[in-house]
Amino acid sequence: MNKDIYSVGGRIFDIQRYSLHDGPGIRTIVFLKGCYLRCRWCCNPESQSYNIEEMTRAGKKEIMGRDVTVGELMDELSGDRRYYERSGGGITLSGGECMAQPDFAEALLRACHDYGFNTAIETTACASRDVVARLLPHVDYFLMDIKHMDSKKHEEFTGRGNEQILENAKFIAENAKNLIIRVPTVPTFNATTDEIAAIARFASSLDGVRELHLLPYHRLGQDKYVGLGRQYLMEGIEPPSNELMADLLKVAKRAAPSLRVQIGG
Amino acid sequence: MSQIKFVIEKSPRIQRLIDHLYANMPEIEADRAELVTESYKATEGLPIIKRRSAAFRHILENIPIVIRPDELIVGSNSIAPRGCQTFPEYSYEWLEKEYDTVATREADPFYISPSTVERLKKVYPYWKGKTVSDLAAQSMDEKVLDVFLNHGIFTVGNYFYNGIGHINVDYAKVINCGLEGVMAETREALAKLYIGNGDYLKRKAFLEAVLESCEGVITYAKRYSALAKREADACTDSIRRAELLRISEACAQVPAKPARGFYEACQSFWFIQQLLQCESSGHSISPGRFDQYMYPLFKKDIDSGRETITSAQEYLDCIWVKLNDLNKVRDAASAEGFAGYGLFQNLIVGGQNEEGVDVTNELSYMCMEATVHVRLPQPSLSIRVWNKTPHDLLIKAAAVTREGLGVPAFYNDEVIIPSIMSRGLTLEDARDYCIIGCVEPQKGARTDGWHDAAFFNMCRPLELVFSNGYDKGELIGLQTGDVEKMKTFEEFFEAYKAQQLHFIEMMVHADNAVDYAHSVRCPLPFQSSLCNDCIERGVSLQEGGAHYNFTGPQGFGIANMTDALLAMKTLVFDEKKVTMREMKEALQDNFGKGLIPKKALELTTEVARQLDANGVQVNEEIIRAVYKNITNADSISAEKKARYQEILDMIAALPKYGNDIPEVDAFARQVGNTYTKPFANFTNNRGGVFQAGLYPVSANVPLGYQTGATPDGRLAFTPIADGVGLASGRDVKGPTATANSVARLDHGIASNGTLFNQKFHPSALAGMGGLEKFVAYLRGYFDQKGMHVQYNVVSRETLLDAQKNPEKYKTLVVRVAGYSALFTTLSRSLQDDIINRTEQSGI
Repeated sequence: MNKDIYSVGGRIFDIQRYSLHDGPGIRTIVFLKGCYLRCRWCCNPESQSYNIEEMTRAGKKEIMGRDVTVGELMDELSGDRRYYERSGGGITLSGGECMAQPDFAEALLRACHDYGFNTAIETTACASRDVVARLLPHVDYFLMDIKHMDSKKHEEFTGRGNEQILENAKFIAENAKNLIIRVPTVPTFNATTDEIAAIARFASSLDGVRELHLLPYHRLGQDKYVGLGRQYLMEGIEPPSNELMADLLKVAKRAAPSLRVQIGG
Repeated sequence: MSQIKFVIEKSPRIQRLIDHLYANMPEIEADRAELVTESYKATEGLPIIKRRSAAFRHILENIPIVIRPDELIVGSNSIAPRGCQTFPEYSYEWLEKEYDTVATREADPFYISPSTVERLKKVYPYWKGKTVSDLAAQSMDEKVLDVFLNHGIFTVGNYFYNGIGHINVDYAKVINCGLEGVMAETREALAKLYIGNGDYLKRKAFLEAVLESCEGVITYAKRYSALAKREADACTDSIRRAELLRISEACAQVPAKPARGFYEACQSFWFIQQLLQCESSGHSISPGRFDQYMYPLFKKDIDSGRETITSAQEYLDCIWVKLNDLNKVRDAASAEGFAGYGLFQNLIVGGQNEEGVDVTNELSYMCMEATVHVRLPQPSLSIRVWNKTPHDLLIKAAAVTREGLGVPAFYNDEVIIPSIMSRGLTLEDARDYCIIGCVEPQKGARTDGWHDAAFFNMCRPLELVFSNGYDKGELIGLQTGDVEKMKTFEEFFEAYKAQQLHFIEMMVHADNAVDYAHSVRCPLPFQSSLCNDCIERGVSLQEGGAHYNFTGPQGFGIANMTDALLAMKTLVFDEKKVTMREMKEALQDNFGKGLIPKKALELTTEVARQLDANGVQVNEEIIRAVYKNITNADSISAEKKARYQEILDMIAALPKYGNDIPEVDAFARQVGNTYTKPFANFTNNRGGVFQAGLYPVSANVPLGYQTGATPDGRLAFTPIADGVGLASGRDVKGPTATANSVARLDHGIASNGTLFNQKFHPSALAGMGGLEKFVAYLRGYFDQKGMHVQYNVVSRETLLDAQKNPEKYKTLVVRVAGYSALFTTLSRSLQDDIINRTEQSGI
């Protein structure tokens, strides 16, 4: 193993231990800073810019973002080694978009494998094929978003079209060990039976996808926009009701009978 | 993926039993007090052991008995459901002072009828100067007595006012051989006594007292047999009639003779469990490894078809309800320390046997199921965990945990076995351990552990360092020197250790004085007869008859002291950002913050009283002004307040214990050892040694209320951190990080037990996946040599709602500390403490 990977640096804004819903077992999530998309509903707006920012939370100013090396990070990530071993858990890279820091992400994923921790990434897959291909061998579980099948609508709500994402989805499906498709289910955007069915059909057309997760939109990130001095574009939009989610679940199951479909991660 | 095993339907009878039990407030009864007094008056001049057995027998022959509606297992110490008797031979004066208030006090109120008060008033005067408490107070060095009673540093109050309890007895012997078997063994021992030995008379008296006590118990069971028969004869419902006849038959057989089946084993167990708590007021009479000693007859009856899983489950459920029928009234102060009518009857399932083989069985699962059915605080259900514990048992335990009852508590064989072996237990005995009371391990039926000997407030010695040994104007500590002249942190830390050791020595003396008083005034022949090696040696437990003898005083405040000492080291000594004088003043001024409302009210009342005494006319306006001044800290200048806030902010920014920071946790280990290690040097008067524990029951709240501000930023009179967990709100990295920190302490040396509370949001255990992950989490913690952990799985919202609408939550059970209690019966401050413990939901 190339020892140099431990000196590779990158920028993160948070680490969350004891994560139960982002990959198998008990996991630690590393949130990388910077993302190509600007999803209006994003609950981590502080993740979007690569720049280190100041955010006011509960009246206190906090610095969002710090630069670390893989080596420094592994010290902290290995604290929960016993829990990973006992639960089949490991490390999840989230963000932001880890593919936006490909050198760092690759080195970190390789280091995790070096330590014997399994790896997962939560990704928009909005990156070049080359970057996806670089990370692929080092990722055990892909948790990938498909947000909308219509590129225009996708661009309107996220800032970019979906062509590259859908292409990467096929590529990952063909090459990855495990791929779960996740759908942030957002009223006024994609929380309709037609759209969810379309996404479900697409997901089931991909080889190797076994699970589809519908993640209901929530407003927990709203205060952060205020804290960053930004406008919250989803103002006034209610989370989907339980009834609506149940309907969408039914629709998705019908459209993708071969997949295990569930609400939540 | 596994399934949750042994999900059995609950019989409708069980809810009826529970509803009957909780229909009314518990009540104090006078019968036992009268009977014990009558007997003592009649036996003056006899050896104390004989007076004890005569009194016990007299009580059992005459105390009113009752069979409650729908009961299958019978035997109650009081006529009133959840009622209690009193034990004037231990102490009674506190109750005399509380006749008017015991029904309305905040912690554990009891109804007491005017006629009961009259009856108690007639008998209590006899006991003046004759109680255990009186002798303990007389025997104790005056200064130590003063420190114990008036300074909030340590308390030995539990055994000072009450019986010892904290024991597991040989239930198996009674179930399998009957009390007649115990009596036969006693007669053999009597026959072996050699008249030429100096202690011949003493042993003879003890063994005769054992016989008399056992006879009393047999008579008592026969009275129940007759009562059941009478009720059956008068019963028109044929089903109930048959049940009563079966009860009558069982009580004619047990506990005198061996149980012939599982049902009789349950009844036999119950009489022992109940009557140990009639002989003495000691709590934590712990059933121990119930799934082991009950198993042979269970298996026999299931295999023969005489019982089914469902019928056996119903008997278990009945016992679980009965365990909540017993009750105990304590003085108001102690009630706060043991809040929630706790009796701490610890029952443990799973684990290995003497040969090191896992002995989990069907009953291990069914005991957990009984807890789910009954949903009451008793028993304190525990589970032993080791590398060979079946995964299914842990999944079941996780499912029970998810119910939010605060049980089971989990114990790690891999830590406890070597720990108690280090205190002299054999490998076989150590493998067969059970848990007493809250978290205390022992080899059952061979140990007099005195597990709840004292609570020691580890924060107070630090205050005494700042005051150079003075408290409330009195020199009670060591004069460790002017704190402002201390040059190095080492000097400061040494002063802390010296103050602590000084009070530890006082506490040891206080414990031994109480221990002595029990041996002289209240030896317990019945309890002794069921604990080895008392019969063989002809010596009562209280005089050292047990095979293993210990005294276990608990320290708490390890988290606060770790953070406080590190704050001193960093801010005052290393970085010199705060001067010693500033810190001293900040603590005296409570960091410029007002006092908590309860204390402010208390001080306001005191000020008003003094003004009044000085002839000042006190009106509402003055009282309001005083109160406002105290709650707003108006007498402190704005400048000072600003500086104090800076200091608080600096303290808040320091790394804290409980966040998986190896250097901080290593220091916490050192702080823990300052308390635990000195005990190796102390002995008790039963021939045993002291061994420390690290847990507070709920004493962290009342003793916190007597503790000023501490350099970790904890404000004056607020609760101290419970157990080995961290101080409220200082957990920032989640439950795995906290568990890693806790596991870095030296648990093995705290062989009287350590206690780690965690609170989880129910969502963390949702679904089968949630249970699997929870089990993995527990395993991961135990892999790192954690000793104990227990969980409150109830949402903050639920608890807040329960505070607002207590009537909606009459039976909401929560974990307090080593035991569970009904949330709405706890005092407001303890409720707040539980709500504020960090909640983990998983992200």
